Amino acid sequence: MAGLTLQLLGLQLFTGVALGALYVLLAVGLSLIFGMLTVVNFAHGAFYMLGAYVGMWLLMHGVNFWLALALAPLAVGLLGLAVERTLIRPLYGRGIDYPLLLTFGLSYIIVEGVRVVFGNTGYPVDTPEILQGAVNIGVGYFPLYRLFVIAATAVILLALWLFLERTSFGLIVRAGARDPQIVRILGVDVARVWLIVFGLGTALAALAGVLAAPLQGVIPEMGGPILAEAFVVTVVGGMGSLVGAVLAGLLVGVVVSMTSLFAPEMSRVAIFALMAVVLLIKPQGFFGRAGLMS
Amino acid sequence: MTERITGVTRRRAAAMAGAALASPFLFHIARAQTANIKVGFPVPLTGPYGAEAQDQVRAAQVAIAEFNETGGLKGRQAELLVRDDKLNPGEAATRALELCETDKVDFVVGSLSASVQLAVNNVTKARKVLYNSISQSDAINEAKDFSPYTFHEALNPHMTGGAVGRYAFAKYGKKVAFLTADYAYGYEMVRGFQAAGKPMGVQTLIDVRHPLGATDFSTLLPRIQALRPEVLVISNFGRDQQIALKQATDFGLKKSMKIVVPILLYTGRIAAGAQAFDGVVGGTSYYWGIEKTIPSAKAFNDRFRKMHNGRVPSDYGSLAYAGVKTFLMASRQAGTTDPQAVIPVMEALKYDDYKGPEYYRKCDHQAVQSVFIIESKNAPAGDPDVFNVIATDAPNEVNLRSCEELGFK
Repeated sequence: MAGLTLQLLGLQLFTGVALGALYVLLAVGLSLIFGMLTVVNFAHGAFYMLGAYVGMWLLMHGVNFWLALALAPLAVGLLGLAVERTLIRPLYGRGIDYPLLLTFGLSYIIVEGVRVVFGNTGYPVDTPEILQGAVNIGVGYFPLYRLFVIAATAVILLALWLFLERTSFGLIVRAGARDPQIVRILGVDVARVWLIVFGLGTALAALAGVLAAPLQGVIPEMGGPILAEAFVVTVVGGMGSLVGAVLAGLLVGVVVSMTSLFAPEMSRVAIFALMAVVLLIKPQGFFGRAGLMS
Repeated sequence: MTERITGVTRRRAAAMAGAALASPFLFHIARAQTANIKVGFPVPLTGPYGAEAQDQVRAAQVAIAEFNETGGLKGRQAELLVRDDKLNPGEAATRALELCETDKVDFVVGSLSASVQLAVNNVTKARKVLYNSISQSDAINEAKDFSPYTFHEALNPHMTGGAVGRYAFAKYGKKVAFLTADYAYGYEMVRGFQAAGKPMGVQTLIDVRHPLGATDFSTLLPRIQALRPEVLVISNFGRDQQIALKQATDFGLKKSMKIVVPILLYTGRIAAGAQAFDGVVGGTSYYWGIEKTIPSAKAFNDRFRKMHNGRVPSDYGSLAYAGVKTFLMASRQAGTTDPQAVIPVMEALKYDDYKGPEYYRKCDHQAVQSVFIIESKNAPAGDPDVFNVIATDAPNEVNLRSCEELGFK
C-alpha cells in the first residue's frame, strides 16, 4: 500500500489507544457491576449518554469543564445509587435475566426522558479552550484533547486500582465478589457494598460520557453503539475482570484503528470478528472466571 | 405533529364522537371539491438529519400559510401532514403508503436522503400521486426511477459536486482526497466531483468510506494527512458533517489542505459553531444572505422571519418551501389538483420562488437552478450571517447530465 510509513502506523496506533480509552472506561464500569453483582447492566449506555447530557447542560450554563467533569458523574452516580436501591435490589437471587431485562427497559426510559427534555437532534459540545489544537507527538500531529482523554483514563484507572487494592473497603469489595455469603457471615453489610459498586459503575459510565462529548457532541442515541462495543470488550477481556476490561478495551481500539487504515468499511465488523476469534480460543475471554453467568 | 383520525377503532370512538360535534367535515366521506388540499410531508425528524428536517417543516408551513392567505384554490385551503420517516427507506415507504391510501393526500413533498426519496418515489409513482423530492439524488433523475409524477426541486449531486469541484480544483489544487459517507449520497457526490475534475486533470489520492451516522473519524484522518492532498472533499451530511469537520479541525488538517464539502449546511454550521467550519468551502442551493441582491429571497426570508420569531430559513428548509409552493401554485393555475392537469403546468412553469429563476426540465423534471459556492466565516455565536457567497453557478442545462445520458429517448 502506497504511503504506508512507520510514522503513519505509529499515529494510527496512538489513535487506537485514544479510542480504546473510552471503551476501557465504559467496560470497567460494566465489568465492575457484573463482577460484584452479576448484573448485566444494559442501562450502562444510557448512563453514559446521561453523563454526556448533564455535562453538556452544565457547560451551557457557564460551569467550567473541570467542574462539569466532576459534577456530571456525581449526579449520574447518585441516580445509579437510587436505581440499585429501588429497582435492582429486589431482583437479587432471581437469576441473571431479571436485572438484565429491567436495565434494558430502564435504558429506553432514560433515552426517551432525555428526548423529552432536550429534543431529538442533539447538541455539539466545544472542546475546552486549553485543550484545543494539535500537538506533535513525534510521529505526527495529534489532537491535544485526545491525549487528555488517554491521560484522564490512566489517572482514573490508577485511582480505581488504589481504591480496590489499598483500602479496607476495596478489600471488602473484592471479597464480596469472590464469596458474598462468607463476607455476610463475617458481619459485613454486603447490600451496602453492592449499592456503592453500582453507583461507582454508573459514575464511571457518566464520566466516559462527559469525556466523549467534546469529541462527537451529544445525541440521545449515543449510548447504543458504544454499549455494544463495551460488551464486546468485557466479553473479550473476560466478564467481571477489570484487568481484562482494560487490556481488551485498548486492544479493541487498536483493532478498529488498524482495520480503518486498510479497510475502513470493515472496522466495525472487525470488533465482532475479534470477539468471535477470542471466544473460540478462550471461551471465558482473557481473564474470565468460569461459572459467573450460571 | 399532525395526528389524524384514520380509522374507526373502539379506542377512538369517543374521540370521533367529540370531533364529529366539532367538525361537520367529518361526514364528508367522498372527497368533495371543498375538501382541503392535503400535502403529505415525510421527513426524518428523528436521527442525524433531525435539525434539517425540522427546518423543512417550518419552511413548508410558510408555503402553506402563504397559499391559504391568498385565497387557496377556489376557496380550498391547503394543509400539511407531517410524518417522521426516521431516515429509513422502509419507514418512509410505509408512511408514504399511509399518506396516499389512508389520508388520500393530493401531493407528497419531502424526504431528506438519497435512498429514502427513492423509496417514497416508488410508492407515489405506483399510486400516481405527485411527488416533489427536496433532497439530493442523481438516481431520481434517471429513466428507471423517473415517472411523470416525479419532480425534483433539490439540486442533484452531479450539479452540486460539479459546481463546487470546478471552483475548488481550479483554486486550491488538483491532488484530491475524498472522505465519503458510505451510501448513495456519498457515491453520487464523489462521482459529481470526479466528473468535473476529469477534464481538469484532477488526481484522486484516496476515497475513504465511513458508515452513515459515524461518531468517530479519528482512525481515518492520519492516513489522509499522510497522503498530503491539496484538497480534502468530505461528502457527508447533517451530524456526520459536523463531527467530521470538528475532528478534522482537531487533527490540524486545515493547516495543510483545503477542506471542501459538496453541501455546506446552514443548520450544521449554526449548531457546530464557527471553529469547526472555519474556512470550509461548499455548495448550497440557498443561503439567506443572497437577499441583498435577489428580491424573491428577501420576500421569502421576511415571511419566514415573521412566522418563526425572526429566525432565517436554512438551505434545506427553503427547498421544502419551493417544493410545496410550486405544487400549490401549479394546481391553482390548473384550477384543480388532478395530476393530469397539474403536470403540464409544472412542466411549463418558469418560477422565481426564493432564489432567482428556475424551471423544471421536461425530460426528468429536474429543477434547473443556480448553485451558490459559499465559505464559512468566523462569525460570533448567535450571528446568523455565517457564510460568504464567493461564486454563483448560474442555472444552465449544460451542468446537468443530458436526457440521453439519463436513459430518456
